[in-house]
Amino acid sequence: MLKKKYTKIIFICLIATVFFLTESAHCRTEYDYIDINNPFIRKIPIAVPVFKSISGSGGEKFLSQEASNLLSKSLEFTGYFKIIDRDAYLIDPEKSDIIVSNINFKNWTGIGAELLITGSLFLKDNIIEMELRLYDTFKGLLIVGKRYKGVVNNQRKMIHRFCGEVIYKLTGSKGIFGSKIAFVSKNSGNKNIYLCEFDGHNPEQLTYNKSIALSPAWSSDAKWIAYTSYSKGKPDLYIKHLKDKHGAIVAKKGINITPAWMPGKFSLAATLSFSGNSEIYLLTGTGKIIKKLTNNWGIDVSPTFSPDGDKMAFVSNRSGSPQIYIMDLDSGQVKRLTFQGRYNTCPNWSPGGNKIAYAGMGNGQINIYSIDVDGESPALQLTHDSGNNESPTWSPDGSLIAFSSTREGPCRIYVMTAYGTDQRCLLALPGEQTDPEWSPRVIDN
Amino acid sequence: MKKKLWIWLSLLLVIPGLMIVTSCAKKTVKVDLAQTQEDEAAKLAAEKAKLATEKAKQEEIARQRALDEKRRQEEAARRKIITARNLFMNENIYFDFDRSDLKPETQEILKGKAEWLRKNPGESVIIEGHCDERGTNEYNLALGDRRAQSAKNFLKDLGIAKSSLTTISYGEERPADPRRNEKAWSKNRRAHFVLE
Repeated sequence: MLKKKYTKIIFICLIATVFFLTESAHCRTEYDYIDINNPFIRKIPIAVPVFKSISGSGGEKFLSQEASNLLSKSLEFTGYFKIIDRDAYLIDPEKSDIIVSNINFKNWTGIGAELLITGSLFLKDNIIEMELRLYDTFKGLLIVGKRYKGVVNNQRKMIHRFCGEVIYKLTGSKGIFGSKIAFVSKNSGNKNIYLCEFDGHNPEQLTYNKSIALSPAWSSDAKWIAYTSYSKGKPDLYIKHLKDKHGAIVAKKGINITPAWMPGKFSLAATLSFSGNSEIYLLTGTGKIIKKLTNNWGIDVSPTFSPDGDKMAFVSNRSGSPQIYIMDLDSGQVKRLTFQGRYNTCPNWSPGGNKIAYAGMGNGQINIYSIDVDGESPALQLTHDSGNNESPTWSPDGSLIAFSSTREGPCRIYVMTAYGTDQRCLLALPGEQTDPEWSPRVIDN
Repeated sequence: MKKKLWIWLSLLLVIPGLMIVTSCAKKTVKVDLAQTQEDEAAKLAAEKAKLATEKAKQEEIARQRALDEKRRQEEAARRKIITARNLFMNENIYFDFDRSDLKPETQEILKGKAEWLRKNPGESVIIEGHCDERGTNEYNLALGDRRAQSAKNFLKDLGIAKSSLTTISYGEERPADPRRNEKAWSKNRRAHFVLE
């Protein structure tokens, strides 16, 4: 126990010791590699050769292979890059150098690589040291270089840290690395809340109830999760601290559902029907009602806040069919956002603040759409002819959208870019997976 | 071989027996009058006693029959109560897609349920609201709640105590028919009544 704690402390110290390499001094901070307004039209060709093994030992070579593959895969996951096949390389990276002065960039531009990542790995006593560098091959410039040191088990974390640096240098945004996704998994008739890493790795079960759990929602510091559970026989709202497991329950008469945390605050909105009609209320993080936000005879459900916390989008059937509305929280004024189709639900406000993703029904199929918050241009349909697609959730940098889909039969969680490209299954557990909810950017625990 | 031996043995026993019976018969000729009268009286008494037991037997049968009849009636009444109770629980009300209003035939069913509840004032009901799988989970939870609420409000308006009516929405979580077609969906858009 003590030993475990000790190594953890050592590790934290080590990974915190991330040095800017000497060459970073030449770096320019502003690069125009990825046009964030439409970044997925053209993928940037990037080469990620296997890292150089310093001592050449078998274990080191294995780790180099593993680390460089993970780096390629993780960068590919973002949707920004086209990873160049290692078979197409003109040189043997093992024999070439990894620092700018010794790299012949013509070998890389020659195969179309616009970016190159080189790495070296040194293994000693279960501790790895990695030096990773990102180059612009055409300019022959180092964009970013970092050194990482830590226990072997944390290689994944180190690689993802570097990915975060790469994305930050290329897009100016911190990216998705380090974020998690909460979701619902149904197994042997019960639905429980699970968490996994942004790329579907390491799924872990959070609730263990023989009932139904639904709609997980992250607080903006990613320390709390709120969700609906039938563990006491009816849909109640559970607010839970992820580490300490303490929290509160809102178990009023009727339904206590669809929580959404207010950005930067320890308060959340949820739909309660104790009054006899479902209305959205603002609650404290301890489950006390602050105020009633909606007041309408119809169904009001599924709140989602703008990133500045000034506005709230939600679903209401006040016009006769479920549509998405936006409320200005100061004035209480409500404006209808969606007019296409007769069934638009599950709004999710983008982290950039300018878009809302939602699930809309048309021709008996449910698809994911994205619409500008000003409502002036028609919604963009992101999924097509691929089963029912529901519960869109933006990645913390707004570049990706996770959602649930029945395209392959059982309901699973998929990921696509914000423009609907690169749709792929995130993870497949036994049973069915629904209700994905992407966490805020960094979870450090 | 053994079988044959047995037959011989039994014949040896039966034949002397028959001879004794025939010799006795001859003796009755000598019985005098007094003896005969005595016999007559005994016979009458025996007959009377026989009649009495017969009558008692008949009465017992009648009593049993009446008891059975009563039991049958009680059973039928009980069955009727159970049937009415089961009907109350098994008869769902159905809704159109994305609707929570009560159709005329639904209102008739609810009137029947209200009548039953009036006759059984001690009962409390849980009204479950359900939806078909189409549409989204979150909205369906609210829609299921609204369906259960519509049924509750209707019963309340018919004079049923609010305190005996609870609602619970299951959204699309508990379909009655898991298949994916209009027939299954129409069965799943329902309110179901459970007696506590």
